[in-house]
Formats: sequence, C-alpha cells, structure tokens
Amino acid sequence: MRIIVNGESQERDNPLTVNSLLESLDLRSEQVAVEVNLKILDRSNFATWNLKEGDKIEILSFIGGGSLQPRH
Amino acid sequence: MSDHPLPDPLIIAGHEFRSRLWVGTGKYKDFEETRQAIEASGADVVTVAVRRVNITDKNSENLLDYIDPKKYTILPNTAGCYTVEDAVRYSRLARAAGVSDLVKLEVIGDERTLFPDTAGLIEAAKILIAEGFIVLPYTNDDPIVAQKLMDIGCPAVMPLAAPIGSGLGIRNPYNLKIIMETVKVPVIVDAGVGTASDAALAMEYGADAVLMNTAIAGAKDPIMMATAMRYAVDAGRLAYKAGRIPRKLYATASSPIEGML
Repeated sequence: MRIIVNGESQERDNPLTVNSLLESLDLRSEQVAVEVNLKILDRSNFATWNLKEGDKIEILSFIGGGSLQPRH
Repeated sequence: MSDHPLPDPLIIAGHEFRSRLWVGTGKYKDFEETRQAIEASGADVVTVAVRRVNITDKNSENLLDYIDPKKYTILPNTAGCYTVEDAVRYSRLARAAGVSDLVKLEVIGDERTLFPDTAGLIEAAKILIAEGFIVLPYTNDDPIVAQKLMDIGCPAVMPLAAPIGSGLGIRNPYNLKIIMETVKVPVIVDAGVGTASDAALAMEYGADAVLMNTAIAGAKDPIMMATAMRYAVDAGRLAYKAGRIPRKLYATASSPIEGML
C-alpha cells in the first residue's frame, strides 16, 4: 500500500502498525508524536493502530529551539 | 540542590524550579555544544521546538539523547506558528511527543519583528487551558494583555524585553515594571537579552525568571556566556531580594565624622 510519511510517498506492506513504521525508521516511540490524517494518536495506541492505504502520517519530535529566527 | 545561591524556588503550577535562568536550545553548532551550554547555564527549564523528524537520515540524533528529560523540564514552544489553529495543533503535538502539559505558547504576528499576535495569543490560550494545558504565553510588554492572560488562567506570563534574537536588551523597562507590579503570577522576561547586564537588570526589576537563547548560542563562546548569564541572573535576583538603596542626588558619607582630628 502507499502511505505518505512526512510528505514523502512510500510503498509499504499491509498490515503495518504505527509501531512497526517507527521501528522501520529507527525511531523511538517515546521521543515522537504521530499524527494520522490530522488526528494525533495516543502513544498507547501505536502498537495496535493499523495504517491504511493513502494515510497521511506526520512524525514529529523535539528539536533545538528558543524561538524561530526571522526569515529575512 | 540545597547549595543553590538563591533563597527561594520559583513555583509555577506546582512545578518547582531552583534556577531562574531558562534557556532555549536553538542555533547551537551541534547537540554536544547545546548540552554543555545548558549545563553551564545551570537552567532547569529548557525550551524546544516541535518539528518533523528526518526520516531519510536514520543516523540523525535526537535532541533528547543529549538533554535528559529526567534532569530538565522540557518546555515545548509553538515557535513559527502564525495562526491560532497552528499554535493549538503544535501544542497538542508537543504534548503527545512529551510527557507534560506545559507549553510555551507563541502566536507570531509578523515575520520581521516576530512580535506576538496578542489577540491570537489570548484566543489560543483559552482553547488550550480548556484542554488542560499549562500555558506559558510569550507576550508583548503590554500590561493589559499580561493581565488578560493571567485572568484567563495562565500561571505565568512571558513578556519580551526586545524582539527575539535582537540582543537589544530591555526596551521598555517601565512597562515591564508595571507588569511585574500588577500581574499576580510569575513574570518571565523572554527574548531580546543581549548580554549579562540585561539579564541582571531584568531580575533587579523583579522578574521571576529570564528566558534566553540567542544571547548564549550566538556568543563567540556560548559556554562561557552561559556561565555569565547564570551569575547575572543569580546576582540580579539576590540584589532584588536584598533591596537596593534609594537613589539620592547628593553624597552621604559612609565613614563616621566622629574621631577625626
């Protein structure tokens, strides 16, 4: 199935849970937030949540930041 | 902890902090420099941003591998959000990515100044407070807005000293003093500090804490500047608590006249 992860289209085996997706990307579930089709998932659902064809997944994490620099 | 030079901790919504210097984690050369600067600053509160992870580079490291969330209070911000919707969305993502309900709420009004959109800020704060967030709002040096933010349930307010990253120091000391006098929640001066004396001054005015990023990360030697800021904030706080002498136009002798020849 095709899913979109952080804006990038990917071909993936079905079924695929959020946990398996994170594992395949070497990401630790306790360090990320996951949004599927604009819905934020609770971390406790990562193991059971099955992704579907066409899902748009956003994986976010904390990065260095005070406040954003002006762009110009 | 007991050997900390400051007599009293800062308490916000049940969270207790010894250090009154809060630091950002942006603009450092690498994570190792970030780690060292934060350690030198003595800060307990560390701000972070929330962004997409790099899924193409599997070797990319995570900031939290360098900043232990057990040792520091991680304060996610909504930097880069220009609308209420974005700020609310990023706050929810931050809560999902982290472990607490704390958020440093920013709703930015303009790219050149990065001044807060205070109308949007109040609106977003109301939504988030209703969802159980502990909202620490990055606001203008406007006493009325600060009052409103307190009234809707923000447990602290974070007025700017000057534009983010500008290093201009405290542009409007009188407004900040009015905020400190009128607002009954902790006031954290956020953004615009350039050097140690700016931070000391904010604390001497009665700020409860100072938050900075660029002044440390952008210094030629960030780790040394982090140390300078630590002393400045401690010194400013102690001077405030000690109570300065009144200003007088003429001299007052400090040595006795009695006993002179």
